[in-house]
Amino acid sequence: MTKCLILSMEEWAEKKNKERIVVEKINLKIGEFTCVEPISLINTFNAAVLGSWLDSSEITIETIPFEGKCTKCNRSYFPKKENGYKSPCCNINLEEIISGRELKIASIDFKEK
Amino acid sequence: MHLPISDKIELNILHQNSHQAEKNKVKFNNYNLLCLNIMSSPGAGKTRLLEITLEDLSKEFQSAVLEGDMTTNLDAARLEKLNIPVVPITTGRACHLDANMVSGGLKLLEKKINPDLLDILLVENVGNLVCPAEFEIGEHFKIALLSITEGEDKPLKYPIMFREADLILITKVDLLPYLNFDINELKSNITSTNPNADVIEISSITKSGFDLWQNWISKKIMKFKNK
Repeated sequence: MTKCLILSMEEWAEKKNKERIVVEKINLKIGEFTCVEPISLINTFNAAVLGSWLDSSEITIETIPFEGKCTKCNRSYFPKKENGYKSPCCNINLEEIISGRELKIASIDFKEK
Repeated sequence: MHLPISDKIELNILHQNSHQAEKNKVKFNNYNLLCLNIMSSPGAGKTRLLEITLEDLSKEFQSAVLEGDMTTNLDAARLEKLNIPVVPITTGRACHLDANMVSGGLKLLEKKINPDLLDILLVENVGNLVCPAEFEIGEHFKIALLSITEGEDKPLKYPIMFREADLILITKVDLLPYLNFDINELKSNITSTNPNADVIEISSITKSGFDLWQNWISKKIMKFKNK
């Protein structure tokens, strides 16, 4: 995942003229229902970019809650594994995920040299 | 130095992989080749499943395998004995196959056989219940194996894998009489995580359930060919 993030940053920077920018913050949105542990992503990113053009950049992560929709009554709810992800309103299995699967670079804060 | 600028890009971190996966899928579709991504933890029985499956499947369909492994070609060597095209993909330190690796594997496969002659491509992913679930490879269906020795709780502990799967194969069910294992609890946990997945219980020892699994594959191939 860290490699994918760095490749995405490289791709973005190519369009901006990488030599002329300094990235200050990479603002991520990471869903709770993904395979990404935010702290681990920050740590591996910091280690991977040491000495590179992203060395001085900082990762911020907004955690997006895991939210489902009860397909019986259409109410949204926060699924819990302790409850088998079932809707608390109608005790229905989790059919529809509204949010929590996000793996996004929301925005990049940078300065031009 | 100028004032900071915020570039709001809302870009999927995995977009490069997704883009390559789409390209792989277009290739598979052009070859009229159904691709299954087979995933599980290490030791759940993926390679044994393929050995048995391919013996029967090869009577009716032309098959090939892309065999993902971190450090060895041991599994690929086992499958090559079945006289089908097998391409090993050694991932090194990576704990999953990604779309680029599969694209490279497909190029090597093209050197072994004209994929137009194939009906199905089975991709055995690296043994891991976490990362493979997030990385599309261009497959048409995802198959997750779960052996009963792993415990009833695994669908809840690794929900992304089991949520993403189209079919879940419960393996090693011949061991049920010897274990303190509640298969109904496992099935309930699977349904909680993914109410829409097909579920088949199989044993590579007794071959129970293999008729259902083979039938599942045959139906998918026929439907895909007649699309």
